[in-house]
Amino acid sequence: MTTLGETVQMRGRPAEAALSWVRSSGWILGLLVFLALLFVFTLFIQPTYGVRGIQGLAISVLPLALAAVGQAIVVISGGIDLSIGSMMALTSVVAARFMAEQPDLSLVVVLAVLLLGLLLGLINGVLVVTTRVPDIVVTLAMLFVWSGFALVVLPTPGGSAAPWLRDLFRGEFLNEWIPRALVALLVVVGVIWLPIRRSRLGLSLYAVGSNSLAAYRSGVSIRQTKVLAYTLTGLFAALAGLTLTASTGIGTPVPGPYTLLSVAAVVLGGVSLAGGRGGVLGPIIGVIILSQLRTIMTFMRLDPNLAVVAQGAILIGVVMAGSLMALRRMRQ
Amino acid sequence: MSTTAPATAGQRNRWLTTSAWRALFRDRPLIPLLALLVLLVILYELVRPGVVGPGWAATIVRTAVPLAILAGCQTLTMLTGGIDLSVGAVASMTGFVVATLVGPLGLPAAMLVALLAAAAAGLVTGIGVGVFRVHPLIMTLGMALVVLGLANVWQLQMVQTGSGVPTELRFLGAGLFERVVPHNLIVFVPLALLILVGLRRTGYGRLLYAVGDNPVAARLAGVRSWQVLIALYIISALLAGIAGFLLSGATNTASVTLADSLVLPSVAAAVIGGTSIMGGRGGYGGTIAGALILTVAVALLQSLGFREADRLILFGSIIVLVAAAYARVTSDS
Repeated sequence: MTTLGETVQMRGRPAEAALSWVRSSGWILGLLVFLALLFVFTLFIQPTYGVRGIQGLAISVLPLALAAVGQAIVVISGGIDLSIGSMMALTSVVAARFMAEQPDLSLVVVLAVLLLGLLLGLINGVLVVTTRVPDIVVTLAMLFVWSGFALVVLPTPGGSAAPWLRDLFRGEFLNEWIPRALVALLVVVGVIWLPIRRSRLGLSLYAVGSNSLAAYRSGVSIRQTKVLAYTLTGLFAALAGLTLTASTGIGTPVPGPYTLLSVAAVVLGGVSLAGGRGGVLGPIIGVIILSQLRTIMTFMRLDPNLAVVAQGAILIGVVMAGSLMALRRMRQ
Repeated sequence: MSTTAPATAGQRNRWLTTSAWRALFRDRPLIPLLALLVLLVILYELVRPGVVGPGWAATIVRTAVPLAILAGCQTLTMLTGGIDLSVGAVASMTGFVVATLVGPLGLPAAMLVALLAAAAAGLVTGIGVGVFRVHPLIMTLGMALVVLGLANVWQLQMVQTGSGVPTELRFLGAGLFERVVPHNLIVFVPLALLILVGLRRTGYGRLLYAVGDNPVAARLAGVRSWQVLIALYIISALLAGIAGFLLSGATNTASVTLADSLVLPSVAAAVIGGTSIMGGRGGYGGTIAGALILTVAVALLQSLGFREADRLILFGSIIVLVAAAYARVTSDS
């Protein structure tokens, strides 16, 4: 480790910068390499996998990717949101029901749903901060509450999505190899997260997550930062719920497995559950990897139940590897 | 309470009302919890006059017992600062395994196989949490997926042979002695005594508190916390397995998702019972009261004609409120 550092110092600045970038985002590079290997393997066992496969992958991945970004934000700030799946269910059924009732006002409905997401996240955050109850307990309880409201809005699956919303995520963009869903994902994340990441708030999120006492002594308002983190997570949950309605065409009041999978993707994406470490790109790649693993298992005609086992095993394995690395770092 | 207090102690009185209440909640959480339970029962009697009686109490206790055992898993793990979200999958798995294996193997061997499978799951969880320092939330969620998936695979293997909940388990899980004493108390009373005494009087029980209260101090005092944690998660999985037997007997169903809906209520029962999820504080007595409170509350809401949706909302709100009250009461020291 030290010899490497010395050789780096002797070289010129560009090489040094490149090396430090590789080192700091080594996890993401590793994930990308793993993903590329997965695609090669997919082509190997299913040579017809191509444009259609990529398109399907992008659409199916979109809701979970947005949920994972939301989860990543709150985990970076040192919390965790177990209610994300039921927030998605609630926003999704609100969108589906009111778009079916008021087809002309679908744009208003979309905006209202995004506001609703902000509100749900705000309530989560305020509860976490004011009750001083651990995040896990509060969001676990809110998981009940939001899924109850989802059942009130729409007792059985139903409603519909506006055609323009459905088309927004279907098909390709410019080139047939670039799915629209992927572009939408990158645009949404880029427009919302990147400015925040660069701002004072972004810095506060990381500061509070890595050492809240130090952040407090440096003049960062912990309560405000936490509330904002949960609010942002609510917004991303609403976006995920909207894309869920758009891709399935209906709203389902029962939460899917998104909470669990979003935590898995966040961990796989290199975000430390202790907070303060990681970004949103890793979790997005993590979601794609999880989904592609599933596709591969389908192609190999494996028992889908074994796919569930594999997901759990991957989750555990990745976290174990991550904590082993952290333990090693501590010993050095 | 204050009517008999001497008139000279006006200021003292006010001190009593705030600080003494706090002390009551902090040091003797069972008293306010039992008061809440009695209040709920009275409410039930007011809403449905004449229903409350020995028979009603028996069905409430019978419903509460599996929940109380699962909440015991949460209590023990929460004392060390952990949580066990795999109890639902493990409990469903053991009930299902017994129902499918009782034909070829007989009941004792089938139960042994089921408990061994549960212990294996607990061992892996314990190694992950204790040795690899994986967050218990993640570890047990992952383990829940693994157990559920394997149980599903097992289910597909067993489609031909068919399954049935053995009559012995139905007797234990659903039976009532003289219509007032649930048979599942035969299992629950010794188990509860074991946990209560174990937490208070044994070295291992105190180690759980020590590891949860201050892991660094525990390590410096020579506690090998990884051994404590591995044993803990095996115990938790075994408890969940026993709850699974009772549950499959009570409902006469063998399903790989049977106990899933009890996972969050089990956490809620432990939280209401005064066990802190941060570790080091709580006990099993409060948890049993918490399980009874939840069961009566659900029965009350059902009898009032609340729909599933309203019950979910109320349920979540109650958890937040109770946990917040505990945080308020215990944080001022």
